[in-house]
Amino acid sequence: MKFFSFALPLLAPVLLVLCWIWMAARVHNQVILPPMDQVLYILAHPFEDLISMGSLTSNVLVSLVRVLLGYALAVAIAIPLGVVMGYYGMVFKAFNGFLNLFRPIPPLAWVPLVMAWFGISSLATMTGVETGQWYVYLNNIKFSMLFIIFVGAFYPILTATIHGVRSVNATLLDSARVLGAGQSQIFRKILIPAAMPAIITGMRIGLGIAWMCLVSAEMLPGSLSGIGYMITHAFTLASTDIVIAGMISIGCVGALMDMVFRRVEKQKFSWQRQTTP
Amino acid sequence: MSDTPIIDIQGLSKSFATKSGDQLPALDDINLSIRPRSFTCIVGPSGCGKSTILRIASGLEKASQGQVLYKGDPVAKPGADIGLVFQEYSLFPWLSVLDNVAAGPEFAGVDKQTRHRDAIDFLNMVNMAEFKDAFPHELSGGMRQRVAIARALANEPDVLFMDEPFGALDAHTRILLQQELLSLWEMTHKTVVLVTHSVDEAVFLADEIVIMSARPGRIQNVLTVDMSRPRTRADKAFGELSEFLLHSLSPDRV
Repeated sequence: MKFFSFALPLLAPVLLVLCWIWMAARVHNQVILPPMDQVLYILAHPFEDLISMGSLTSNVLVSLVRVLLGYALAVAIAIPLGVVMGYYGMVFKAFNGFLNLFRPIPPLAWVPLVMAWFGISSLATMTGVETGQWYVYLNNIKFSMLFIIFVGAFYPILTATIHGVRSVNATLLDSARVLGAGQSQIFRKILIPAAMPAIITGMRIGLGIAWMCLVSAEMLPGSLSGIGYMITHAFTLASTDIVIAGMISIGCVGALMDMVFRRVEKQKFSWQRQTTP
Repeated sequence: MSDTPIIDIQGLSKSFATKSGDQLPALDDINLSIRPRSFTCIVGPSGCGKSTILRIASGLEKASQGQVLYKGDPVAKPGADIGLVFQEYSLFPWLSVLDNVAAGPEFAGVDKQTRHRDAIDFLNMVNMAEFKDAFPHELSGGMRQRVAIARALANEPDVLFMDEPFGALDAHTRILLQQELLSLWEMTHKTVVLVTHSVDEAVFLADEIVIMSARPGRIQNVLTVDMSRPRTRADKAFGELSEFLLHSLSPDRV
C-alpha cells in the first residue's frame, strides 16, 4: 500500500516517457519528435550555447527579468486599486464595469495595438542609454512585452484583492475602530493583513498567467532573446529538441514559482483556515 | 463617588432603511443614565436593539435622533475612553495573543517594548499570560474572550461595553467567565455596561438591570439589584428576581 501511494504519482510521467521513446523510435524524424536523450542532453548542459542564442539558463533568466518587471507593475497597481475598490462601494461601482470590459480580452489580442503604441522601444529608449553592456540589458526589456505580461497578471490580482477585502469580517473593523485605529491604520493594519491570504492567492495565479504570457510577449518583433523567443527561433531552424527542452524549462520554472507561493500560503497563513466564521 | 452620570443617553432613537426604502424603527426614545463604576446589564429579546445602543454609544453608529453623552460631551466617533467587547471573531487572527492585547496602544503610537510589557500585565489579569505567543485559532472560545477582555482593558478605557460577550460559550465556561469578570470589575473600577439575553447572567452580575421590549426597542423597566456579592444562584432572592425578569420578558408581555 505504501509502495502504491508512492508510485501512483509517477505512473503518468513514466507512461509519457515510454510513449515518447517508443514513438520517437517509430517516427524516426527529429523534427517531429526528437529522441528523448537528445532533449535530456540539452537540459543536462544548461550553460552551453544553443543556436548561437546563448545558453538555456541565460535565456530563462532574461525571460524571468521581463516577467518579474511586468508582474511587479501589475502588483503595484492591482493591489492598491483592489483594496480601495473592495472597501469603498462607490469606487467599485465607478471602475468595475469599465474594468470588466477589458477583462475578457486575451493578452495576445493586445499585441497589434501594443506594437502600434510602443513599437520596439525599450527601457534603453526611456533611459537614453544607447551603447555598452547596459544597452544590451535594457534594450532586452521592451515596453510592449511588459504591457502584455502586465495585462495577464493584473486581473487575477485585482479580483482576488477585491474579494479578499470584501470578505474581511466587519467585527474586525469595528474592533479596530473601537480600539482607536484611524482610517489609514484600518487600511494598513487591518484590511491588508486580513485580506492577505486572498491577495497572495491572486498573486500566485497572476504570476502563473504572467509566465504563460511570456511566449506571446517574446514573439513580438524586436525580441532577440528569452526562452519564448528561443523556442520560436528553434522552430524556424527545425530544432525540435531545443523547442521541447525550452518548453520543459518553462514548465519547471513556472512550477517552481507556484511552489514557492504555496509554501508561503501554507506557512504564513495557517491562521485563516479556522478563524473565519 | 460622584453621582453625575458617566454615560447619559438622551432621547436616543434609531431607524434603519429597509430595502424597499421604508424606515424601520429599531430604538425608540431611549433615556438612560449610567453611574460611574456601576455594572449595568441590558436584557431584552433579540431584535430589541440592545446591541445597537452599545454601537451608538461607542461611536460606531450614528443616532437617528437624540444623543449619547460621555462625561457631558456627545460621543461622535470611537475613542480610547470607551471599550467594546464583541461576542466573537473580534481578535485579529494574524496577530499573536500578545500583539492582539497590544493593538490599542499600537494604534495610539506606543512603542513596542512598552506596549508588550503592559500587555503582559493585562494578560496576567485574565490568566492568559502563558498563551502570549499563541494565535487566536489555537485558543478555545473562553480563552479568546479572556484575551478580548484583556485587549479592551489594555486601552485603559473608563467605560467597558460588552455585547453578549459570553453568548457563544458553553454554560460552564460562561459561569466561570462571569465570576472572572466580576473580580476584574472590582479590581479595575471600570464602568461596565453588558448586553445579554440571559436573565441569569444579568441577575448574577448587575447593579442595575435595564429591561427592554422589542419592535421598536424601548426601555420597559430599570431595576436596581441590591443583593450583596458574591451572589449565589441558590439564593431565594436570586430566583425571585430571575422569575420576575423572565415574566417581564415573556412574549405576551412585550
